[in-house]
Amino acid sequence: MNQDLHLRFLRDMLRARRLEERLAQEYAKGNIGGFLHLYPGEEAVAVGVVAAAEPGDYIVSTYREHVHALARGVPMRAIVAELFGKRGGCSGGLGGSMHLFDAQRRFLGGYAIVGETFPIAIGAAYAVQLRGLPEAVICFFGDGAVNQGTFHESLNMAALWKLPVLFVCENNHYQIGTEIHRHSALTEVSKRACAYGIAAQRASGMDAQVVHERTSTMLAQVRAGQGPQLLELETYRYRGHSMADPGSYRPAVEVAAYTAQDPIGAELRELALHCPDDATLARLGLESCSALAARYVQAGHLDTAALTRLEAEIQAEIDDAVAFAATSPEPTLDDARRALRPGVDLATLI
Amino acid sequence: MSVQNITYWQALNRALDAEMAADEAVFILGEDVGLYGGTYRVTEGLQAKYGDRRVLDTPISEGSFTGLGVGAALVGMRPVVEIMTVNFALLALDAIINMAAKIPFMSGGQFHMPLTIRMPGGVAHQLAAQHSQRLEHTLMNVAGLRIVVPATPQDAYWQLRQAIRADDCVIVLEHELLNFEQGPVDESAAPPPPHRAIVRRNGRDLTIITYSRMVKPTLTAAAQLAASGIDAEVIDLRSLSPIDWPTCVASLRRTGRLLIVEEDSRFAGAGAEIAASLTELCFSSLRAAPVRLAALDLPTPYNKRLEELSIPQPADIAAAARALIGANPEENAA
Repeated sequence: MNQDLHLRFLRDMLRARRLEERLAQEYAKGNIGGFLHLYPGEEAVAVGVVAAAEPGDYIVSTYREHVHALARGVPMRAIVAELFGKRGGCSGGLGGSMHLFDAQRRFLGGYAIVGETFPIAIGAAYAVQLRGLPEAVICFFGDGAVNQGTFHESLNMAALWKLPVLFVCENNHYQIGTEIHRHSALTEVSKRACAYGIAAQRASGMDAQVVHERTSTMLAQVRAGQGPQLLELETYRYRGHSMADPGSYRPAVEVAAYTAQDPIGAELRELALHCPDDATLARLGLESCSALAARYVQAGHLDTAALTRLEAEIQAEIDDAVAFAATSPEPTLDDARRALRPGVDLATLI
Repeated sequence: MSVQNITYWQALNRALDAEMAADEAVFILGEDVGLYGGTYRVTEGLQAKYGDRRVLDTPISEGSFTGLGVGAALVGMRPVVEIMTVNFALLALDAIINMAAKIPFMSGGQFHMPLTIRMPGGVAHQLAAQHSQRLEHTLMNVAGLRIVVPATPQDAYWQLRQAIRADDCVIVLEHELLNFEQGPVDESAAPPPPHRAIVRRNGRDLTIITYSRMVKPTLTAAAQLAASGIDAEVIDLRSLSPIDWPTCVASLRRTGRLLIVEEDSRFAGAGAEIAASLTELCFSSLRAAPVRLAALDLPTPYNKRLEELSIPQPADIAAAARALIGANPEENAA
């Protein structure tokens, strides 16, 4: 594992964390409407998985997909503008937080009906297979999605036809407010894959390096024609399900236990940078501070300057993206009508 | 190629064959479409010709194999999903309504949806409540779907080919009782636009608007009416979304009387939309309130006599037309 990759992970996760903290503020200000499902705590999953994908691969995601899109290279400006409902958004302001799309980057969208990513993914994978291309499809889903019929139907077809799909479960242990022991008879999602003869692994989703290594290995198998694979990543969201949810149903001790495993803290430990000053620690947030403090006691060598520089770059990017979104024009009703069936003129069909 | 007399299912089969030969991106999937040849024979012989990858037999998983079609269409394929009957499409409504109809829109127009979904339905031979449904009322209300309802083998051939070539999602609502009806098909003739209505019979006393399987009993009724001096114009809509309003309006402006015949249940059905829109469009031309003749608001009974009573028959259509003419006898005389 090289230092550059670790720096990329740290950078991508910090971009994600800081962006979403800002999104929460913009939501409170009324600049973002509808539902807003944030990702803090789960960053290592998106960052580690997407870093292992090739540009030719397809990614299908859920309604908690800002960070998948960001990690995939969708410009931050386009993501924030989409959340602001603006024309400069990656879905033209017609999709919103739960429906980020980017055809150029093969980001096949965020889907807001639980369980929809499975059939979309096997459809793209079937097309890949028919064309005989060395591409793979990455299908994200949460632990709550495994009790939908589409999970079972689609895994069956994926295995039956050996489709090139990597199913990635972001197991954050909650379907909104219902903990996994109360929604699933079998709480290890990876075990369900054996019902369809699909190779599966379970790993920590709190460590980007682990996530990246497992994803790379499994994607190689998918590309080698070994059929679909399933990777269950255990993770945790520090916030509630959405901005409307304070998450008060979760025991404090559980939140604290996962906070101690903060993926950004883990990356910082890995990088063994020099100790940041108090202001930098405050910007990193409490959970990262505690992780860093432990490391400080053990090693005591952190690079304040590099971290400060990175934070400043990220802050500037976020400020620029928010300013872009704020000034991007609104989509028009004509834009909406054209988007309904792009390239098709109904008037010529009657 | 000359005109041939073939069945509706054969016309659909030839349309699929022609489009599969023309474009490698076209593939068919559904239950028993391959080795078995399709439960209504529509895909007969195609797996032998194009292989089991392009004519794909699926498990009984309507939600996910329809969604598979959506995913494949997203990345540039032209899937033709066969849902064995309309009734099973209820299990695929998430894929149809939440995915196929909305993805192009909610992606800001970045993605096309070149997906065709075929589904035969309607009231057939005592198939009972769960196998005798019409779903047009549900699908018509969904922005982002087009719906064609071919009534003849020629239209089945034309409209299926046009659907497969479309860059947006088209639902082809076939009718189980039409599958073995014969009619002339000219494969080389230029088709009309896919959503244009056709006047099947010219007349001056009233306009009867219908579609799909109800076209034939309506024409039968029109012949009976002609014998008693009532000259009915019969419009076959051919499409339920969009609807060719100009053809309907032109007819109504001449006749001033509207009868709608549908096999779907009356309440909130296709006829309700047709009556409302045409009332708005040509209120001043109407000499009587529009009349809807539809299926009863009941699940379809198994009992043969009750099944017949539950949907419009030629005698019912003729009676409704006479009543409509008789509603303003003095104007009619004038």
